[in-house]
Formats: sequence, C-alpha cells, structure tokens
Amino acid sequence: MKLGGFLLLLSGWGIVLAALILLHGRAVSAFVLAGLAVEILGLVLFVKAHIPAAGENA
Amino acid sequence: MSSGPDPALLLFSYALFLGFVLLVPFAIAGLALINTGLGRSRSAAHSMTSVLCALAVAMLVYFVWGFKIQGFTPYMEHLGVPPESASAGLFLRGVNGPGALTSALLAMFAAGLASLVPLGGGTDRWRLGATCVSSVLFSGWVYPVFARLVWHPPQVFGVQFPHIVDAAGSGVIQATGGLTALSLAWLLGPRRGKYSSSGMPAAIPAHNVVFVLFGCLLSWIGWLGLNSAGAILYAGVIPWKAAQVLINTSFAAAGGGLAAAAITRLRFHRPDASLIANGWVGGLVASSAGCASLKPALAVLTGLVAGALVVFSVEWLEFHLKVDDPCGSVSVHAVAGIWGLLAAGIFAGEAGQFMAQLAGVATLLGLVLPMSYGLNWMLGLIVPHRVPREGERQGLDLHELGADAYPEFVVHADELIQR
Repeated sequence: MKLGGFLLLLSGWGIVLAALILLHGRAVSAFVLAGLAVEILGLVLFVKAHIPAAGENA
Repeated sequence: MSSGPDPALLLFSYALFLGFVLLVPFAIAGLALINTGLGRSRSAAHSMTSVLCALAVAMLVYFVWGFKIQGFTPYMEHLGVPPESASAGLFLRGVNGPGALTSALLAMFAAGLASLVPLGGGTDRWRLGATCVSSVLFSGWVYPVFARLVWHPPQVFGVQFPHIVDAAGSGVIQATGGLTALSLAWLLGPRRGKYSSSGMPAAIPAHNVVFVLFGCLLSWIGWLGLNSAGAILYAGVIPWKAAQVLINTSFAAAGGGLAAAAITRLRFHRPDASLIANGWVGGLVASSAGCASLKPALAVLTGLVAGALVVFSVEWLEFHLKVDDPCGSVSVHAVAGIWGLLAAGIFAGEAGQFMAQLAGVATLLGLVLPMSYGLNWMLGLIVPHRVPREGERQGLDLHELGADAYPEFVVHADELIQR
C-alpha cells in the first residue's frame, strides 16, 4: 500500500506535467484536476499505510 | 543622455531591501524558540543545537550548489541588476554587486529557515548526525528544485512552466519544509509513550510556553522582513511600496491567532496557548504567497482560515492519522502553506491563476513529498534517524550532548536512578 501510494503520487504529478506540456486551453485544466485527483488518491493510500497498528510504539 | 534609473532612488531601494533581508533571521530565531519550547525539557539544548547545525548546513550547501539550482529571479532591475546579466554558478560564482549579493543572501536565509521546519516533526527523537545529513538533502535538492520551478520558472520540453504566485514562500519555504516534516514524522514514528496500546494519544505538554509565545513575536518581525524582501525580489514590488505587504502580513497573523483562540475557546472552554501560537504562525505562513497582491481584508480572511485549518489539522493528525508532530510543523507549515498558495490564486482575480496555483500544489504533493520521503528513507538505511530507546528515555540532551539544558532543576529524575 505504501509503494502504491508513493507511485500514485508520482504518477499524478506526471499527469499534471504532461497536461501542462502537451495540452492547450480547457483540456489543461481538466487534466491538471485529474492529476491532482490521482495524487490525492495516492496520498490517502500513503497516509493509511503509515497509521501504526494499535499497541505499536506504545 | 542615459535614461537609466536614478542612482539616489536605486540606493534607497537597495537600502530598504537590505533592511528587510536583515530582519529574516528573526524568523529563524522565532521558529527555533517555538520548536524548543514545544519539545521536552530533557531535549531543549539538543533542539537548539539542531537548529544551529541545520541552519549552518543549509547555508553552506546553498553557497556551494543550492543557489546555482535555484538561480536568479527575473525581477531584479529595480535593485540595479539587469536580468540578463544575472547568472549564478557553483560557490556563488557570477554573483557580483550589492543587489545580486543581497538576493543571494535572502535565498540563503530562506533556505536556512526552510531547513528548520522539518526539525519540528522530529523533535525529541531525531539524532543530530542524521539531522545534519538530512539538511544537506533538503537544502541541496528538495528545496532549490521547487524554488527554481516557482521563482524562476524553467522551460520544460520547450513549454514555460506556469507562473505560480508565491511572493515569499508559502509553498517554496513553508510547504516544502512542512511536507519534509511529515516525511520525517512518518519515518521516525511516534515518541515512546505517545500512543497507548489502544491507540489513544497521550498529552506531552510543551516544556516552556513562554519560549513559544515569544518565538511568535520574533517570527512576526522576521516575517515582516521575509514577506517584504520576497515581494520585492520574487513578485517585483517596488521597495517603497512594501507598506501593503507589511499590513497584509500583520493582518494575516492577527487573523490566524484570533481564529485559533476563538476555536479553542469554543471547543475546550479555554483558549489554548500553544494552539494560538500555532495559529499565529499559520497566519504568517499563509500570508507569504499573496502578501504582495492581496487586499488587507482578504489577508485577514486568509489568516482566519489558516488559523482554523491549523487547529483542526493538529487534532486530525494526532488523533486520526497517528502522526506525532510535537511542534505542529505539518499543520502550521504544510497545511497553512498550501492554503496560502491556493488563497493567492482564489483572491488574485485573474482567470487562470488558480489553475497555476493548483499546478504548484500538485508539484508539492507529487514531487516534493515523494522526493523528501524517498531521500530520507534512503538516508535512514545508512545513518539511523532515531535515537535508541534508552536515549529517548534519558533525553537527547544527556544522550547526545552529554549535558542537560537545565542542570539545576531535576525535572525528570527517572534517568538518574540506577537500574
């Protein structure tokens, strides 16, 4: 889950960067938002993977 | 006849800019006091020593190669530096003349300030040696790469990277530091005894709230300089028109502090001093991006929202996500910093600017966070980040430095007992 989240974060930024480089007009906004959505999904996974189990580090 | 700028005006501009830059170390001192005050008494000297070491490392790394990566900003004509003549090499080669040198000085102070933010996430458990090496990675790669993208947008495959409004570093200085603090809080894990076996967090109170509150006042002075100098250098504000920046900065801090006071009063029936301090600094952090362009009322609104976000995110991180962030660095610097970037786009009044700000936030989440996490994870394989269990119980002052910050006061007798 940690690696999945990490890769989704990077992939989301890749989508944003590709949108800025390759697209023009309204499509840029749509793909920047899509990239950000992928990043948020990755962040959720990454965060969940870091929540320690109960009793850990107590 | 030459039509260059009036020399007297240029001198006045430069003097003002230099004055603002010289205020920035107050923000560094303020942040150091806040981090130390919010930590335990048994790690107070270690906390201050870490600040000095991280600051020294960051400034030297910036001198050697960091500033070369960041590069000069295009807005330097009103400081007497034609943009086409400014190019920086390793060891600040090519940085000549008072305007260019003072710009490099501001960049070094800013890198130093940013490098202190992650210390808050690792308070009471992060080894000094690992702190220094991590500061090299942060100030040598993570920070200057994002600073380059925002303050001197490059061409990426022949296309100009969007112009992100971030006059004094809500994103560049604060959010990069805050996200690195989050990475470190994850990699280090919570302090021993922070969470019970059922997962409930224990309150580990700040050891000196007066340090924290005085740190806020020092930070305010420092932020007045940081935002003004940043607005001049990175947003092209004419130096003698910086009064608006000073007003916006103060209003945002006031809004942040008051929002935190009101929310904690309503929720806990008493205002919470350390959360008010965090709200105040959150307001300052959020003010940095739009300080040159916001109207004063919108600066107040930006600060109010930042203060509220800080209070709620501190609780959310601690209770729900189990992130042990003793100084609230993630909430104050990452959350409020990202809000500052968005606020600058929302209130800019220019179509398309919000999308550029979103691209900045996407870069923070999709590039800066993975980069800082990945680099620190790899560093942890070579140099352990965390002190051993015994060192944490004893306190980092005794364990790493061999002497307590407060030797006359026996405030934690358990480590003196022979077992």
